[in-house]
Amino acid sequence: MSTLFENVWNAHAVRELPSGQIQLFVGLHLVHEVTSPQAFDMIRQHGWRVAFPERTFATVDHIVPTSVQRRPFIDLTAEEMTTVLERNCREYGIQLYAPGGDGGEFQGIVHVIGPELGLTQPGMTIACGDSHTSTHGALGAIAFGIGTSQVRDVLASQCLALDPLKVRRIDVNGQLRPGVYAKDVILTIIRQLGVQGGVGFAYEYGGSTIDRMTIEERMTICNMSIEGGARVGYVNPDETTFAFLKGRRFAPEGEAFDRAVEWWRSIASDSDAQYHDRVTVDADAIEPTVTWGINPGQSVGIGEAISKNADEEALTFMGFKAGSRVEGTKIDVAFIGSCTNGRLSDLEEAARIVNGRHVAPHVKALVVPGSQSVSRAAVAKGLDKIFSKAGFEWRGAGCSMCLAMNPDKLEGRQVCASSSNRNFKGRQGSPTGRTLLMSPAMVAAAAVAGEVVDVRQMLEEVHA
Amino acid sequence: MAAITVVSGRALPVRGDDLDTDRIMPARFLRAVTFEGLEKHLFEDDRAGDPKHPFNDERFKGATILVVNSNFGCGSSREHAPQGLARYGIQAIIGESFSEIFLGNSAVLGIPCFVAEKAAIESLQGDIEANPELIVEADVDTGVISAGTLGLQATLPGGLREAFLTDRWNPTAMLLDDFEVVGSVASRLPYISGF
Repeated sequence: MSTLFENVWNAHAVRELPSGQIQLFVGLHLVHEVTSPQAFDMIRQHGWRVAFPERTFATVDHIVPTSVQRRPFIDLTAEEMTTVLERNCREYGIQLYAPGGDGGEFQGIVHVIGPELGLTQPGMTIACGDSHTSTHGALGAIAFGIGTSQVRDVLASQCLALDPLKVRRIDVNGQLRPGVYAKDVILTIIRQLGVQGGVGFAYEYGGSTIDRMTIEERMTICNMSIEGGARVGYVNPDETTFAFLKGRRFAPEGEAFDRAVEWWRSIASDSDAQYHDRVTVDADAIEPTVTWGINPGQSVGIGEAISKNADEEALTFMGFKAGSRVEGTKIDVAFIGSCTNGRLSDLEEAARIVNGRHVAPHVKALVVPGSQSVSRAAVAKGLDKIFSKAGFEWRGAGCSMCLAMNPDKLEGRQVCASSSNRNFKGRQGSPTGRTLLMSPAMVAAAAVAGEVVDVRQMLEEVHA
Repeated sequence: MAAITVVSGRALPVRGDDLDTDRIMPARFLRAVTFEGLEKHLFEDDRAGDPKHPFNDERFKGATILVVNSNFGCGSSREHAPQGLARYGIQAIIGESFSEIFLGNSAVLGIPCFVAEKAAIESLQGDIEANPELIVEADVDTGVISAGTLGLQATLPGGLREAFLTDRWNPTAMLLDDFEVVGSVASRLPYISGF
């Protein structure tokens, strides 16, 4: 009768606090360099210890340069923030993955390395000072993005004070057409339910389309839950999940793995679980999707015109007219990467498009692998060569141009075809820069064409 | 810390739906290991492009209550956004709706986020724009917002209302109160013991 959300919540609920909020135990805490230094300072000031240092893992991703990652970083602020995190982790006994340190080869975007290392597991509660923590729900975890004061709370007590969420079941049924990806599915869901439709909800994704998806595809879906207002998004664990986890660095081994699978199955939503709301999405009807506006809900299918009633502020900022199309929009920059679409399968799909083609002369194109492990796997498959030969810059791992805290930024009114998650005004580092969100394959196609195109045309040529 | 029962003062209306935390505090100001000075960078890019932005408007200087529209604070979980507001002197926010992460981050800083109907918010914003000297009073217990002749009913999420009234809005001490129970919950979780 119960959902995974309720099962996991109940297993981790410590007690009802005098305020009426629930004290929830956090099974895995992930930390990065930008939202944690003040939290460590706060616990230091109070003389608190880190309650469960072995349940916290850290990396550097937001500010790290992706051009050269040798230490000390050329960017002195990046070096300082990394050094501060190193000192904090050393002082409190926390495992850190950062360039130049032990385990530095596992550095990467926090939401890429958690699942990759097998740290993220079904049935866990996970917290991280980053809103895209919802990504980890792809493995059947309940994962919350939190602020810095809450990072302090988790460090000090391994707990959060929270109000429970309602659960909305989103069934995606049917067969995605060629050239249509998980990114298009989540952009469609956000467009349908709105950027604040998920406030107060955890999104449970299911249905035949989601069931067939790989874990990496499910991560793309869960990652952008927050863009729809839902702090938490998840998929129930299944055989795909168990196969993904087997053999990973922090996954249980041997008989312990079998016992784990048994528990993971037991915490999944029951088939007769009760939901606060249900929504169905038809996968067959989804087209390659691109955003035209200044929030991730403002999108169209590539063959579709922007609504006649579209938001004026967004149209003006982006330079689009109501009733016009995004297809054919000239781009200046192409960015493939981020916690949404910076994993191996994303790079493989983009490489399939660019192989044997070349980036348009006026376009600056970047590929930023989500982690050093992703980078190594891609290099082993020769993807770096395909991208470089096509005129892409092949970079080191990090968040890069998704939020432009490092030198990877838009300039002036540049238009960027981006596989990231946010098209907010100023998001990519220029206050007037413009972001068009789309799948990595669509970004690759736009890079080659020099303008937004329907990736399906290029895929046909690949097949031919 | 202290109980927060009533916030009262002049107000500052910032109109617009879906004002995300990148807008409130652009990412380049997160390149620091402290929150110091963030109050200087609130809405910096919006302000640069709009001389009439309320945060540029001298008439609203010294305001302690922010009045906003729907889905305020969406996007990034950066506490730098409410930290900037708190350091600027904002003590309460009244709006149509808030992102959950922003609302929680504000609460921990002792800033209650009141939710009221669109029409009521818009009249409140209009009244403040017409008279920046208007004193707005927000009552945490009853949810009543009063400003001159205008009165409107707002709400706070249940747990937080109680937390503000009873001086429990900063929860760390509470979370550490009964730490043995935390240990026993952890010990029952199969993944903690390696299955």
